[in-house]
Amino acid sequence: MERHGRRFAGAMNMRRFFLIAVPYGWLLALFLVPFFIVFKISLSDLALAIPPYQPTMKDGIGQMLSAFDFENFVFLTTDDLYWKAYLSSLKIALISTVLALLVGYPMAYAMARAPEEWRPTLMMLVILPFWTSFLIRVYAWVGILSNEGFLNQFLLWTGIIDAPLTIMNTTTAVYIGIVYTYLPFMILPIYAALDRLDESLIEAAEDLGCSRTKAFWLVTIPLSRNGIIAGCFLVFIPALGEFVIPSLLGGSGTLMIGKVLFEEFFNNRDWPVASAVAVILLLILIVPIILFQRNQQRQAESET
Amino acid sequence: MKRASWFNVTSLTLGFAFLYLPMVLLVIYSFNSSKLVTVWAGFSTQWYGELMQNEAFLDAALVTLKVAIASSTLATILGTMAAYVLVRGGRFTGRTLFSGMIYAPLVMPEVITGLSLLLLFIGIGLDRGVLTIVLAHTTFSMCYVSVVVSSRLVSFDRSLEEAALDLGCSAFDAFRLVTLPIIAPAVISGWLLAFTLSLDDLVIASFTTGPSSTTLPIKIWSAVRLGVSPEINALSTLMIGIVTVGVISASLISKRNAVKAQQDMQAAERGAT
Repeated sequence: MERHGRRFAGAMNMRRFFLIAVPYGWLLALFLVPFFIVFKISLSDLALAIPPYQPTMKDGIGQMLSAFDFENFVFLTTDDLYWKAYLSSLKIALISTVLALLVGYPMAYAMARAPEEWRPTLMMLVILPFWTSFLIRVYAWVGILSNEGFLNQFLLWTGIIDAPLTIMNTTTAVYIGIVYTYLPFMILPIYAALDRLDESLIEAAEDLGCSRTKAFWLVTIPLSRNGIIAGCFLVFIPALGEFVIPSLLGGSGTLMIGKVLFEEFFNNRDWPVASAVAVILLLILIVPIILFQRNQQRQAESET
Repeated sequence: MKRASWFNVTSLTLGFAFLYLPMVLLVIYSFNSSKLVTVWAGFSTQWYGELMQNEAFLDAALVTLKVAIASSTLATILGTMAAYVLVRGGRFTGRTLFSGMIYAPLVMPEVITGLSLLLLFIGIGLDRGVLTIVLAHTTFSMCYVSVVVSSRLVSFDRSLEEAALDLGCSAFDAFRLVTLPIIAPAVISGWLLAFTLSLDDLVIASFTTGPSSTTLPIKIWSAVRLGVSPEINALSTLMIGIVTVGVISASLISKRNAVKAQQDMQAAERGAT
C-alpha cells in the first residue's frame, strides 16, 4: 500500500515536472537563448560569408571568444545616425505618450461617468479597433494625410487653407499614427482605475469647499495615478521600438531606431551592427519595463 | 454626477470619431469605381472581383490561416500550462525567471523578437518557412494566452478543485472535469487573441519567413509601400468586416451566457429557500 502511494506520488511529481518543464523549456529555447545569440553576434565582425559574420562556432570556442570585441558598439557611438535615431525615438515616443494621455484621459473619464448600461458598449467600441489589423489601421491614414488626401480635401473645401498641407512623411504623421493605434492601451487602464474610484470621495471634497475643478485635480487625478502610469508605459514602450508606423507614415524624414534596425538587417545585411543596435535598444527599454512591472505589482498588492 | 455633461459627450464623440473615421473612409472608398483612391467616381464592386482573381493574395491568405491556426492552438496549450504553473505551481527553482519570460515578450519590440528568433533559426540550421513562423508566433502569443488564463485562474475558487480531489478524482480528472470548464471562456479568448495576433503580425513574420512562404501582412506591406491601392482597400474591408462580426457575436454570446448564469443562480436560490 505504502509502495503504491509512493509510486503515486512519483507519478504526481513526474506530471508536475512535465507541466513546468514544457513551457519553461520552450521559453528558454525560443526567448532567452535567442537573446544570447544576438549578444554574441553583436560582438562579431561583418564577413562575406554565409552566415554573414565571423567568427562562428566552427572556428572553435577559444578562437571565437578571443575574436570578440566591442567594435560595433564603438561604431554606433561614432556614427551619429545611430544616437540621433535613439534620441529621436525617445522624443517621438515621449511626445506621442503625452498626446495619447491628453486624448485618452477625457475619453476614459467620460466612459466612467457614462450611464451604467452604456459602459459595456463603450468598452467594446474601444477594444474593437485592437482586434482589427494594426497594419490596416496605419494604412488607413495614408489616404487621409497625403497631399490629395481626405484631410486636405476637407480643409480646402471649407476654406481654412489655400494650399494642401504636407503632413504625410513628416513626424506629425508619426505622432498621429502612434496616438491612433495605441489609444486603446491608454484608455483601458485609466478607465479601470476611474471605474473603481469611489464617487463619495469627490462629493466629500466638494462638500468641504473644493470647486469641481479643484476636486478633479486633488482627488480624481491622484486616485487614477496607477491607471495613468500603466497607460503611459503601455504606449511608450512599444512606441519606442516601432517600425511600421515610421516606415509607412514617416517616410525618409523620420528617424526611428526600429526602422534603422530593420534596414540595417535587410538592406545593408549588416547583422553584427543590427545586433548591436538591438542590444542597446534593449538596455534602454529595461528601465521603463522594470518601472512598469513595479507599478503593476504595487497595484496588484493594493487590490488584495 | 451620472448625467451627461457636454464635456463628456464631446470628448466621447470626438474620440470615437478619431478611432473610427479612418476605417469608415477605408470601407466606403473600397466601393469606389475610380482607380484614384481619394476621388469618388461612383459605386462599384470591381476591386473585390479583382481581389478574388489575385492568386498571390489568395495563396498568402491560405499560408496566413495555416500559420494562425497552428500557432494559436500550440500557444493556447503552452500558455494554459504556463498559467497553471504560475498560479498553482507553488515554488520551484527559477520561478522568477519563468514569470519574467512570460511578461517580457508582451512589451518586447517586435524588431528585437524577430531578429533574435531569426538568428536562432539560422544558428541551428532550420530552413525558414511556415514552420519557423509558427514557432515564432507561438512563442510570443503563448505569453498573451497565459496572462489571460492566469487572471481567470486567480479569481477561481480553489476549494472546488480540492473537493473533486477529495471525492476521488485523479489530479488530471479534476483538471479536466472541474478546472477546465470554469476557465474555458478565458482559454477560448486566449486562443482568439493568439489567432488575431498571428494574423496581424508583419515584423516577426518578415524576419522568420523564407522565400517560399509569404503571409498576408507581408504581401499587404509590399503593396502599401507603393501607396494607396483600391484592391488593398477591398481586402482591408473584408478583414474589418470579419473581425467586427466576430467580436460582436462573441460579445453577444458571452452576454447571453452571463444572463443565463444569473437566471440559473436565481433559480437555485429560489429552490434553496
